[in-house]
Amino acid sequence: MITLDSVSKTYKVGTFGGKELHAVSNVSFDVQNGEVVSLIGESGSGKSTIGKMILRLISITSGKILFNGKDIASLKNHALKEYYRQVQGVFQDPFSSYNPIFKADRVFSIIHDEFYPDISSQDWKQKIEKSLTVVGLNPDIVLNKFPHQLSGGQLQRFLIARALLLNIQFLVADEIISMLDASTRIDVLNLLADLKSRGLSILFITHDLSLSYYISERAIILYRGCVVEMGATEKIFYQSLHPYTKMLMASVPRLDMKWRKRVEQQIDRSTQPGGCVYFDRCTAAEKSEHCAKHNPPLVQVDVDHYVACFGYKKED
Amino acid sequence: MSLQVENLTVYYQTLRGDVQSLEQASFKLADGEIMGLAGESGCGKTTLGNSLIYLAPPMKYIEGRVSLDGEELPIWDLARMNVYRYKKISLIPQYAMNAMNPTRKIGKMLSELLRSRKISYVDLLPEIKHRLDIVKLSQDVLNMYPIELSGGMKQRMVMVLSTLLDPSLLIADEITSALDVSTQKSVAEMIVKFRDCGCMKSVIFITHDVSILYQIADSILIMYAGQLAEKASTNVIINSPLHPYTKLLISSLPKVGVKYSEDKLSGIPGTPPLLLDPPEGCRFRERCPLAFEKCLQAPPFIEVENGHFVACWKETPA
Repeated sequence: MITLDSVSKTYKVGTFGGKELHAVSNVSFDVQNGEVVSLIGESGSGKSTIGKMILRLISITSGKILFNGKDIASLKNHALKEYYRQVQGVFQDPFSSYNPIFKADRVFSIIHDEFYPDISSQDWKQKIEKSLTVVGLNPDIVLNKFPHQLSGGQLQRFLIARALLLNIQFLVADEIISMLDASTRIDVLNLLADLKSRGLSILFITHDLSLSYYISERAIILYRGCVVEMGATEKIFYQSLHPYTKMLMASVPRLDMKWRKRVEQQIDRSTQPGGCVYFDRCTAAEKSEHCAKHNPPLVQVDVDHYVACFGYKKED
Repeated sequence: MSLQVENLTVYYQTLRGDVQSLEQASFKLADGEIMGLAGESGCGKTTLGNSLIYLAPPMKYIEGRVSLDGEELPIWDLARMNVYRYKKISLIPQYAMNAMNPTRKIGKMLSELLRSRKISYVDLLPEIKHRLDIVKLSQDVLNMYPIELSGGMKQRMVMVLSTLLDPSLLIADEITSALDVSTQKSVAEMIVKFRDCGCMKSVIFITHDVSILYQIADSILIMYAGQLAEKASTNVIINSPLHPYTKLLISSLPKVGVKYSEDKLSGIPGTPPLLLDPPEGCRFRERCPLAFEKCLQAPPFIEVENGHFVACWKETPA
C-alpha cells in the first residue's frame, strides 16, 4: 500500500544554514493492506519526520514515497485531495489539534465542507454519530462541546472518528497513546486493532515497546534516522540481533521482570561521517575499527528479519 | 519516620465552587523509602506533592497535619514554609526540563540560587562536582546554557540542583514521562542511586506509569479521584492488590509478550467523577464491579495487613 524507497530528509541548520542534519537517511520499507507496522525509536530518531513525510506535511529531500504505486510528491490539487481522503494522521497531543475558540465538532464540519459538500446535513449528522459510536463515544455526551470540556482520551478518539469519516485506508498514528491514562490507553489500542481487522493499515509510531508488541505484526527500529533492525514483531522482540535493539529491550520497564544492573554509557551525540550510526554507544564485543569507518548495510538474516550490523555478519 | 501526613485535605478555589482534589489523605513514609504515587491524570497526585511544599492559591488548605522528621510543617503558611523549602523538602517539578533559566549558564544560575539561600557556591563546588559524577554529567555543563543539553541531561541536572542541600524529602513529579525508554531507565536508576548515597532521605515518586514504579519503588500509593485507594509494598501492589481499582489498573497494563490477537486486554469502563461536585461515598463506586449499598459511605483508609492500607468496604473487617 505505502512503499518508502530510500527516503532521506536533510535539514539545514546553523546560523546561515551551513550545516546539515540528516534527520532520516535512506529509509526503505513498505506497509501492506490491513497491516500494522510500528516505527520505534527514541526522541530525535526521525520517526515523526517519516510520518510527516508520508502525510506530505514536509517535503522529501531524496527518495520516493509510493502510495498504491503512485509517487505522492507528484500529487497536485484534485489528486492530492483524493490522497487525503485515503491517508490521514492522528498526532500525539490531542489538545493542540483543536482550536480552543471553536467547538470540537468543527473538525467534522471542516471535513464536510471540504470533502463531502454534496451530503445533506441530516445524513452527515448520522454519519458522524455512526463514526463516534465506532470509536466508543456516546454522541449525546461529546457533541457540541468545547475542547476543554472533553478529556484527552475523548479528544483523541474524536480525531480518530474524524479520520474514519473519510474512507481512509492508511492511518499514521504518531504517539497517539502516550498522552493517555493507563485505563483509557488500552481502549484506544483495542480500537486501532478493531479498525485493522476491517482492513485499515496503520503506521504506529511509538517509543513504548510493549504497546507496539501488543498491536503490530511488524516492527522497524530506527536510530538517528537509519533503520537498524526490522522484521516480524516476535523476531524483533525475542531474537533481537542489533545491539541497540537489545539495549532497548532491556530498558523497557516490565511488571514481570526487574531491570538488570548495567553500566550505562556516556551518551555522545557527535556524528562521525561514514561509520555505523550506533558506534559510540555500542557495547557489543564484536565492535571493531571496521564499524567506525563503514556503515553496515541492512541485510536479510531470516524470513522477514533484517539487521544493519557487522557484528551479526561475522557470526555466519 | 521521615514524613507523616494526617487527614490532609486540599481544595482548589474556582468561580464555580471548590474542586475537592485531595480528601483526607493519611500516610507515612519511612526513612530511605521511595514511595511511588500513581493514578490517572486529575486524581490529585500532583496536588498532594505540591501541597507538601508550595501550597499557593488557587490551592486552598482545608485541614490536616504534616510532620517531617518529627517537626510539624506549616504548609498553610507560604512565608513560614520558606525555611523548609529546598533545605528540608525539595521538588523536581513536572516539565523540569524547562525549569532552568535559559539566559544563564548553569553554574551561574546555581550560584545565584545558592546565594538566595545564603550558601557559598565556592564552598559547595567540590560536592556539586561529585554529584555531577554520580549522574554521569561532565563538569563542563556548569559552563553551558540549558539549551546545550539534551532532555535526559537536563533532567539529571535538575536532579542534582534539587537535591544539593540533602533534603529529607524529595518530591519527583513525573520526571520520567517525557523521556524515551533508555533515558527513562537511567534517570530512574539515578534516583535510587541518590537515595543510596544519602543525598535525600526519602522520595515521593509521582508517575502514571506503574511499570516504572515496579523497577525502583519500595512502596506504591494508588490514588483515585482525590482519595487514597491503596498503599502497600511494591510487590504486594503488583502481585496481590486488594482494591478493585488497583486490580483493574494493573490488569489493563500492556506487557511485552501480550499480543492483541492472542490476549485482548480491557480498560476500565467509565470515567472518573468530576471533583467539583463529587459523589458521596467511595468515588470509584460508579465504575466498580463490586459496588454495593455500603459504598454510599466513604470507606476508611485502614491497615489490613502489616504495611498494607486499603480503602474499600469489601476488605474492611466488619
